[in-house]
Formats: sequence, structure tokens, C-alpha cells
Amino acid sequence: MTTINYLDLLHLVLPEVIVILGALCVLSVDLIFLRASTMRFRGSVGAILSLAGCAASVVWILHAPQSANILDGMLVLNPLAQRMQIVLLFLTMLTILTFIGSTFTQHVSEYLALILLATVSMMFLVSTQNLLLIFLSLELLSLSLYILTAFNKHSARSAEAALKYFIFGGISAAFLLFGFSLLYGLSNSANLMRIANSIHGPLLDPLLIVAMVMMMVGLGFKVAAAPFHFWAPDVYQAAPAPSAALIASSSKVAAFFILYQVMVIGFAGAEGSSSWHSYASGWVPVVAIVAVLSMVLGNLVAILQTSVRRLLAYSAIAHAGYMLLGILSHTQQSLVALIYYAITYALTVLGAFGVVALVENETGGDTLSDFAGLSRRAPVPSLCMLIFLLSLAGIPPLAGFFGKFYLFSSALTSTSGTLGLLWLVVLAIAMSAVSLYYYLKVLKYIYVVDPSAGATSIRIPVLRQVVLCLIAIGVVLLGCDPNLLLHWL
Amino acid sequence: MLAWTIYISFLGALVLLLLPQSSMRAARILALLTVVAGFAVTLVGFVQQRSGELVTVARAAWVPSLGIEYHLAADGISLTLLLLTGIVAISGVLFSWNIEHRTREFFAFYLTLIGGVYGVFLSFDLLLLFVFYEIAIIPKYFLIAIWGSTRREYAAMKLALYSFVGSAMVLIGLIAAYVVAGARTMDLVQLAQFPFPVHFQMWAFPLVFVGFGILAGLWPFHTWAPTGHVAAPTAASMLLAGVVMKLGAYGCLRVAMTLFPRGLDAWGFHVLGFGSWRDVFALLALIGIVYGAMVALVQKDFKFVIGYASVSHMGFVLLGLMTLQQIGLDGAVLQMFSHGILAGLLFAVVGRMVYDRTHTRDLSELETMHLSKSIPFAAVTFVLAGMASMGLPGFSGFVAELQVLIGVWREFPLFAVATGVGIVIGVAYIWRAMQKAFFGAPDRGALTATPPLPAITLPERIGAIILIGSSVIVGLYPQLLLRIIVPALHLPLFDSLWKGSRQ
Repeated sequence: MTTINYLDLLHLVLPEVIVILGALCVLSVDLIFLRASTMRFRGSVGAILSLAGCAASVVWILHAPQSANILDGMLVLNPLAQRMQIVLLFLTMLTILTFIGSTFTQHVSEYLALILLATVSMMFLVSTQNLLLIFLSLELLSLSLYILTAFNKHSARSAEAALKYFIFGGISAAFLLFGFSLLYGLSNSANLMRIANSIHGPLLDPLLIVAMVMMMVGLGFKVAAAPFHFWAPDVYQAAPAPSAALIASSSKVAAFFILYQVMVIGFAGAEGSSSWHSYASGWVPVVAIVAVLSMVLGNLVAILQTSVRRLLAYSAIAHAGYMLLGILSHTQQSLVALIYYAITYALTVLGAFGVVALVENETGGDTLSDFAGLSRRAPVPSLCMLIFLLSLAGIPPLAGFFGKFYLFSSALTSTSGTLGLLWLVVLAIAMSAVSLYYYLKVLKYIYVVDPSAGATSIRIPVLRQVVLCLIAIGVVLLGCDPNLLLHWL
Repeated sequence: MLAWTIYISFLGALVLLLLPQSSMRAARILALLTVVAGFAVTLVGFVQQRSGELVTVARAAWVPSLGIEYHLAADGISLTLLLLTGIVAISGVLFSWNIEHRTREFFAFYLTLIGGVYGVFLSFDLLLLFVFYEIAIIPKYFLIAIWGSTRREYAAMKLALYSFVGSAMVLIGLIAAYVVAGARTMDLVQLAQFPFPVHFQMWAFPLVFVGFGILAGLWPFHTWAPTGHVAAPTAASMLLAGVVMKLGAYGCLRVAMTLFPRGLDAWGFHVLGFGSWRDVFALLALIGIVYGAMVALVQKDFKFVIGYASVSHMGFVLLGLMTLQQIGLDGAVLQMFSHGILAGLLFAVVGRMVYDRTHTRDLSELETMHLSKSIPFAAVTFVLAGMASMGLPGFSGFVAELQVLIGVWREFPLFAVATGVGIVIGVAYIWRAMQKAFFGAPDRGALTATPPLPAITLPERIGAIILIGSSVIVGLYPQLLLRIIVPALHLPLFDSLWKGSRQ
């Protein structure tokens, strides 16, 4: 192994360091100077500092792009990884912006610092190809998210959700670690590239299959794929809105990226096939089973939900199923399609949580009847919600439609000329037809049902309206001209 | 130039949303101006079009990495349907002049729907066509769910889900065609020339045809249509029956039949007497004609009569397509136009002129009201529309149905007889509805008790005259449209379809 100068290392991970410094800054400024100030002021200063930290990090990445593959794959910097880092930072900034002025906690600085720490762990996660570092960053991410979920101390359900999340997370981390150790035992390396080289063979080792399944369990938990999804509805429903939005958006993007890396790079040569009539064992059939379960279960159970947050949770499971299609077709094109889908999905769901939080502030709940007549009470957020939900349903010309089209066509193209994955694509499209029903149900309450007697129009902070509109415009623009994003990826 | 039909409609919808909430009058006038402008643009395009050939309207790269283009073009078939859209849109606005509940939003959704419809008829890139096709689904839902009547939420959801399931089937077919061709293009003309493997066409054709056929009221997937038409507000039922069902039929012809012409070939074996998908769909269309007419004959609700009549008339379109004869296809396209105008007119009479005044559509209740005396204009309009709908010479329906019948006679002689039976039942249900609704025996007691009905307003009169006028003009001089429809069917796009049929 090559030795490396620590100063050089520091230079390479400077974007992460900047964000950590930002987090420390937020904490110290708040604790030292602002103890006596009003909540509102503390919240704004903290948010501005965190935004500045993220922005500085983005600027640094853009200003000095790095390229490196050091310490046995522990730090792999390439244009793709750096773009993913920018995306994650950007999503974090949007999350903070959308929820400026939330008043569920007194400890704003701690809350913001935890969000930044979660972001740092995601940045590490996308820039590594080493099992050890993958595990460490996943744990850092999970720990931050557990605390963020439990942060509303006035709500018992928030604590309950966090405990559930923690228990499931702990178990799945154990599975993941067990899978990693098997893999290390088989290949004598923690570097994904080397693992792929050493497992290459005509027949799959049974231990390798066990490792594969274990890792699918561990990472399936992170992406909320069925049957490892049990934490998702509770967390989505009870966590503070910004935490739920973070879990639903950027954490999902990072988790999908690393799942792709582990499967496609780490298990290269052990793909197998899940094409119709030509099954072969490998990791692709494993992913296919999880994808089918997620699509079917997520969409069917979402129909029954009356809480909009739970509905979003089940729809998230369904969307995880669609995105798994991008992983199991494992071509360059499907990677681009997957990233496009994940980013646009994250944007959309972030905006949707923004609107849900608005309604909760006003009515104190997130059931469908709380949304009744929203279009008469708050026309602008309603229009945004219309755009977000239709995009999730895959109605053109919104981003969600093009994402689906690209993802499905790349899945069909991956088995050259045989349409082997057609059965999965048919299932996915059929299920997305089902999904329109429950999205329309929410929109029916917003647009069709009359508001309850005495309900007046809702006053909404201007900044929040502007941010929601920007996200909505982004969703429309990315759908009308997907090239804006494809060009950059 | 023609592309502006789309842009004007969407712009109109956007401007409507920016108007202040209270400005009902401004919203109506703005909506009317928008649809008139759209129609004017179409008319200019129609006059400039000499012989029905394909004219590119706009073409630009859209997603270059996937070979998807923003490609708008128009041939004779597109232009005929654009004209129809313009006419129905104008009269739809005129017939919804009395909407006072959330007027602004009503017209915003209405114009979005119109824009989507224009887009479908103009698109020659399949993905673009699909995009517009789906844009048209969502406004329909809200138009029915917010402004509708009988069981509106159920009907709206049913309609949205049926449409979406249909479009999901279409999407599967399109993606598969895109991947199988492997040419990185979604251009309709290029893909239509690609020789897809026959076994692929054999499953892709019925998939896409049924997907579009759902929206065209193909039996047994028609059940959304009567409930949807009945629940919808007048303008929306006019659009639904007049234009949206044509989207489905247009898709069947333009996409399913041109992309997968070999899907119509014989299977080489017989199942229950069927030798090809063509036989299957022809029979389904025939069942639609006869079944729709028979169900319309026994309805108690005036609007359901018209709703099932629509299913019956759309059966003619699909049957005409399945003849694969020049004359049958001409007739099918002409029937799309004719039915669009007439269904619009019938729904306007039932929904706006009668229901909005009497607040009932029950034929046995209407029977006692003696409407021919209190609103004679409505009665006259309905008689004319009914005659046109029966297929009396002099109206557009006659030319269209005659051509379809001749085509069917040549290809499926037995079916032609059954279709004739359908036409006779068509006379019966119109006659029955007319008799009951307008010329029933007056019940003296009820007549004196009810207050006089409001008179027919000017917008209604204008709307009715526009629609009757268009039907008569096309009925007397069908060459007006046929001169561009016939050459359009001989474009290279349809080459493989004709080749397949001559085997």
C-alpha cells in the first residue's frame, strides 16, 4: 500500500472538511453568542451559516475538481462522485431552505449541525469503494438520522419512530457487516475492484451468494425497499418534517448510488440474469425479487392510507422498486437514468414534504381531510403540490415521467435485442398506473372537496412560497427539457 | 404556424390563472378569445393545405442523447381533427357561459385539455404524442370531479384510471418498439418504415390498439364513457365525446396501425372462428355498435341515451378502420369528425338547454313538461341533431356511415347486415328520446305548477348554429374534407398498411 501525506489527504477531502467546519461554526455561534436571542433569530442565523458552509463546499468542488483513487479505494474521487457530492449538498441546502422557521425544537443549532453531519457522511459514502469506509459512512449517516428522527421531544410518536428506525437499522447493519466480512474472507480485500477480480469464476461460491443476500438486506434497508421497509411509514409519519424530507430525498440518492457501486463494481462477473426464460443465479435476480416486492407492496398498500405522510412513505417504497430496475440493468445508460430519476424524485418528494409541513402547521394533522379545500385556502402551495404529486405519478411533461421513460427504456435496452426484462417493465408501468389512483385521491381533497366551514386562507411566509415555487419550476423544467440535467451527468 | 394552436391554448390557461378570483366575465371572454384564435390558426392552415400532404410545422432536437425530437407536423387527417377540435372548443365555451362556480379554474382546465388535444393531433414524434395524450387526462378528471353532476367523483376517477391504464399499455408498446428498432428515434415516419419482426407485431399491435381503443370506447372497455359523459359538465361532455374519444381512434389509426401493420395479418390458425386480430377487433366494434344502440334504447336518463349512442357511433369508426379499405378508412376519419360535431350538439341540448333549466334528466319526468312548447329552440335543435345522428342524407353522419358500410360490405358482408340493424335501432332510440323529452303528453297540473323556464340565451343559439352548420356543410359537400383525407391516407406513412392488406 502506498503511503500518503496527511496534508494531501486533507486537501482531497476539503469539501467534507468545509461542511464539518460549518457544522462546528453553527454550534459554537449559537451556544456562545445567541443564548439570549429569540428562537426566530437563532434559527435564521444557524440556517444561513449552514447554507454558507454547504455553498462554500460546492464552490470548492467546482473550483478545484480532484481526481484520486487512494488508500485501497478508500477515497475515490472522479467527476461522477464529485457531481453526486454537489447534488447531495444542493439537496441539503434546499431542505434547510424549505424548512427555515420550523419551530418544533429549541435546539436549532444541534439540529442543523446533525443535518450537516449527515450530509458529510453521504459525501463520503459516494466517494468511496472500500467496504470499511462504506460501512463507517453508512453508520455515521444512520446515527445522525436516528437522532434527527427523535428530535421532536414533545412528540411520543417521534421517539417511537426513532426507536423503530434504530432497531431495524441496527439489525440491518449487522447483516451488512456480516456480508462484508464474508466478502472479505472470500476475496482477502476490502476494495470493491479487487473483490470483483477475485470472485470471478464459472460457478458462484455458496458463501458468495450468502454475502450477496446479506448485503441486499443491509442496503435494502437504507433504500427502503420491501421487505426491509417496515421502519419507513412510521419514520415518515412521525419524524419532524425536515428530517423526514432529508431521509426521503438526499439519503435515498446516496443510498442508491452506493447500492449501485457495491453491486455493479463489487460483484462484477456475478451478475446472473433475470431475463424471461433465461434465469441465471447472481445478484441480478436478488435485486429483481426485491424490486418486484417493493413495486407491488408499495403501490397496493399506499391505496389504503389516510395519512399523507404514510402515503408518501409507501410511494417511496414503490419508487425504490422502480429505481432498482436501474440497478439490475447495470449499463452505463441505466446508471445515468438511475441518477436522473433519483435526483428528480428527491426534489419532488422534498417539495411535497414542504407542502405537508405547511398544512400540518395550520391544521395540526396530515390526514387527507386536513387537506380538504387547500386550493381555496392556499392556491400557490396547492399548485406546487399538484405538480409534485403528478410528477410522482409519472404524468408528462413533469420530471417524473421522463425519469420513468428513461429508466424503463434503458432497462429494456440492457439485454441487447431480446427484451428479456420486458416482464419487469410491464409490471412497473402497470403499477404506476395503480399509483395514479392514490395521488389523485390526495389531489381530490385539495382541489375538489370544499374546505371545512370557517376555514380561512392560510398565511404563508414568502420565503417558503418562493422556495416551493422554485422546486416546482425545477420539476417542470427538468421534465420539459431533461437535457439540462442529462447533459451535466 | 399550426403549432400556435397548442401554445395559444396553454398560454390562455396560464393567463386565466393569473386573473383575479372574482373576474368571471373576463375569464369567459378570455377563454372564448383563446379558442377562437386557435380555430383561426387552424383555419388558415386548412386553407393553405392544398392536397393533404404532410407539412412539417416545427422540428427541433429535444433529448438528443435518446434521439427524441420535438416534431410537429400535419397531414389531412390531422387537419380534419384540428378543425373539429376548434369547432367543438368554441361551442363548448359558448355552452358553458353560465358557469359561475370557480369560473377561472374551469376555463383554465378546459384550455389545458384543448391544448393537449391539439398537441396529440399535431405530434409526429411518438414520445411527444404520448406526452400530449397524457396531458389531456388530468384536466378531464378535475373538470368532472369539480363541476360535474351525478356521481361525479366516482365517474371522474373511473375515467382517469381507464385512460391511464390505456396509456400505460400504449407506453409499453412504444418503449418496446423504440428498443426493438434500436435506431434511437421516436419519429413516427421512420419507425413506421422499420420492419418489426412479425411475432413482435402480433403482440404489440393488440396491446397498443386496445390501449388507444379504451379511449375510443372499444367494447368491452367502454364503460367509462357513459358514466363519464353523464357526470361531466356540459362543456366537458362535449369535449369528451366530441374530441377526447377521437384521440383514441386517432391513436389506433396513426400509431397502432401504421407501426404494426403486420399485426393485422392472419395468425395462420383459427380460434373460435377468428383468424386474425382484425377479425377480433372488427367483431368488438360491431358489438359496440349494436350493444350501444340497444342499451341506449332502454335508458331512463336522457344523458345516458346520448352516452351510449356515442359508444355506438364510435363503433363505426373502429369498424371502418378494420376494413383496411380505402373507402372504409375515409369513412372512419369522416365519422370521427361527424360524430365529434353531433355528439357535442346532442350533449349541449341535453346538458345545457334541458338539464340546466329543468334540473332533471329523467325521461319520464321530462315527458310531463312539454318542453317543445316552453323551449322550442331546444326541441328544433334536438330534432336536427337527431336526424343527423340517425344518418339522414344531407348531414355529415350519412356520408361517413355510408362509406364505412360500403367498406364493411366488401370485407365482412355478414357484419354489414348487423351494422344495418344497429342503424335501425339508432333511429329507434333517437325517436324515443325525442318523443319522451320534447313531445310528451302534457300533464296540465304539473305544467301550471312549474314556473316558466328561462329562455335560450344568445351564446347557446350561436353554439348550436355553429355545430349544425358544420354538420350540414360537410354533409352537403363532403369533398371539402375528403380532398385532404384521401391523399393523406396514401402518404408513405401508410404504405406498409396497404401492402399488408393486399396480401
